[in-house]
Amino acid sequence: MADTTRTGPIVQLGGVTKCYNVGQPAEVEVLHGIDLTLEAGEFAALIGPSGSGKSTLINIIGLLDRPTSGTLFIHGQDTRALDDRALTRLRSEEIGFVFQHHHLLSAFTALENVMMPMLVEQHFPAADMRARAHALLVQMGLEAWEHNLANNMSGGQQQRVAMARALAMNPALVLADEPTGNLDTKSADAVFALMRQANRESRTTFLIVTHNNALARRCDRIIEVVDGQIVPTSH
Amino acid sequence: MNRWAPFEWIVALRFLRQGRAQTVFIMTGIAIGVGVIVFMSAMLASLQANFVTRTLTSQAHIQILPPEELPRPLRVSTAVVVQAPVIQRPVQRQRSIDQWQTIVSEVHSYSEVTNVTPTVSTSALALRGDASRSITITGIEPAVYFRIVRLPDYIVSGEPRLSTEEIIIGSELARELGVSVADKLSVTTAGNTTRLLTVSGVFDLGNKGANQRSTFVALRTAQTLANLAGGVTSIDITVRDLFAADSVAAQLAAVTGMQADSWISTNAQLFSTLSAQEMSFVTIELFVALSVAFGIASVLSVTVIQRSQEIGILRAMGTSQRQVLGVFLLQGALLGLAGALVGAAVGSGSLKLFHDLVRLPDGSELFPFAVKPVLLLLTVLLATVTGVLAASLPALNASRLDPVVAIRG
Repeated sequence: MADTTRTGPIVQLGGVTKCYNVGQPAEVEVLHGIDLTLEAGEFAALIGPSGSGKSTLINIIGLLDRPTSGTLFIHGQDTRALDDRALTRLRSEEIGFVFQHHHLLSAFTALENVMMPMLVEQHFPAADMRARAHALLVQMGLEAWEHNLANNMSGGQQQRVAMARALAMNPALVLADEPTGNLDTKSADAVFALMRQANRESRTTFLIVTHNNALARRCDRIIEVVDGQIVPTSH
Repeated sequence: MNRWAPFEWIVALRFLRQGRAQTVFIMTGIAIGVGVIVFMSAMLASLQANFVTRTLTSQAHIQILPPEELPRPLRVSTAVVVQAPVIQRPVQRQRSIDQWQTIVSEVHSYSEVTNVTPTVSTSALALRGDASRSITITGIEPAVYFRIVRLPDYIVSGEPRLSTEEIIIGSELARELGVSVADKLSVTTAGNTTRLLTVSGVFDLGNKGANQRSTFVALRTAQTLANLAGGVTSIDITVRDLFAADSVAAQLAAVTGMQADSWISTNAQLFSTLSAQEMSFVTIELFVALSVAFGIASVLSVTVIQRSQEIGILRAMGTSQRQVLGVFLLQGALLGLAGALVGAAVGSGSLKLFHDLVRLPDGSELFPFAVKPVLLLLTVLLATVTGVLAASLPALNASRLDPVVAIRG
């Protein structure tokens, strides 16, 4: 698992562009030379109108997609030369994801969902995995629900399980795409508080994509993307 | 969740368990397919083995006979050849094989050959009172001949014993002439040689014609009846590999200069019937296997579509393409294996039931019940491999899913 005494930049993008349909008449560039650095322990919001390139940017930072040009360093590691297998490994070790629609594995219980990233890694003793997953669910206030199938939980509970899963590998970076988008105010506040707690306790860097300006304002930093470029924020 | 199991096993088993109804349906389909294959293969093998056994325990694998007599052109002189407009086929007289003792010892030296025995065959009339029946007499040396034709297995009364004064006859002949064991029977050949023989045994070869006509006497008795003192009309042979009988017969014919007939050529119709039967069974099995494979492939393809978001999230959390591939290949293998195990049990059970319920008119079994472990093992293995192959395309699709697209749904 990643070191909890983190310092220095976790994400460094230099002149990142992203084009779709390269070499075809319908070629389109959705990101235009993005420069961005996220330091260890930062708690940042990524805002912007729909179609501005937020999702593309977060997919690139999350190593789910590759930039067309430019550089991307994750926790000091240059990702340009890495093959798919190495990218998958780096993603597994350094990055956690929280999605708007939770995306839990419906065939598994809450505890098993949280254990899943460690199971994928294949070198964690069973007892350690279980203890770590249990501790995270306790932290999320879900100890009473840990043996429930993901499908049998409320939206807020599922999102908290997804949060616990994102933190399971103690990643340096958590990318949250509209984590409170589908939740009521009370659940949204609870999830936000948990993200804040994880950020403070383990200096995990958070980048939260949101359309919710109120939520963005509660973050330490706001990054605004308009038409594929980062613009000085007016918030 | 069992940590001892690899990630792929845990996820594959859980996916199968969650889609319980789908899993049960496809497993039932596989089980039916495998059941049909096991049932048909085992029945075909038993029927064929039964046919072959019945055929080959009542005849030799190879029979060496004297060469046919051919017409010779009549030469008037060295310069002139008289050509007849019609060449008449000469009568095939009953005659002995020249130097048969030498041929017997030569045939013995072949490693493929297991048993060799001389026989004398001739036709005769069996007389009792006013009744007479035409019969075929085969003179044998019982010790070796009974290893070739298992006559003792077919004896229904008396003993498979042959002194020079004894005869073994078929059940139909015994019924028609009203004789039983220890009764006397007068036998007269075309050469007007008559012997009074004692019935020592009655057999039932399962063939009415054979039971009416076939009789067995000691070799010396037959030689006397056929006026072939010291001669034999055929040499009966068995070989190690039944299905190599044709090639061994060809070799023996070439070496001895005699005519050598294998059981394959003398039973060509039976052989081609068995081959056609086997071919049709194999075709049916192939289509059953194909339908099973397509069943697995379609179910897993649907599963991949249904679970694409979950696959995407698994990929996002660090699951490699290989692991995703493994999850779906394993599902195919497990479906194939589990379905095959159930199918093998159902197929064997159905065959046993069929064997017990369907009998011949005389109450005897239609075929001996035998399901070879190797057949079950092969079928299960084949179904598992089919499962893996059928799963390969959906599994490849799953592993190639772009996590970004998959998560977006």
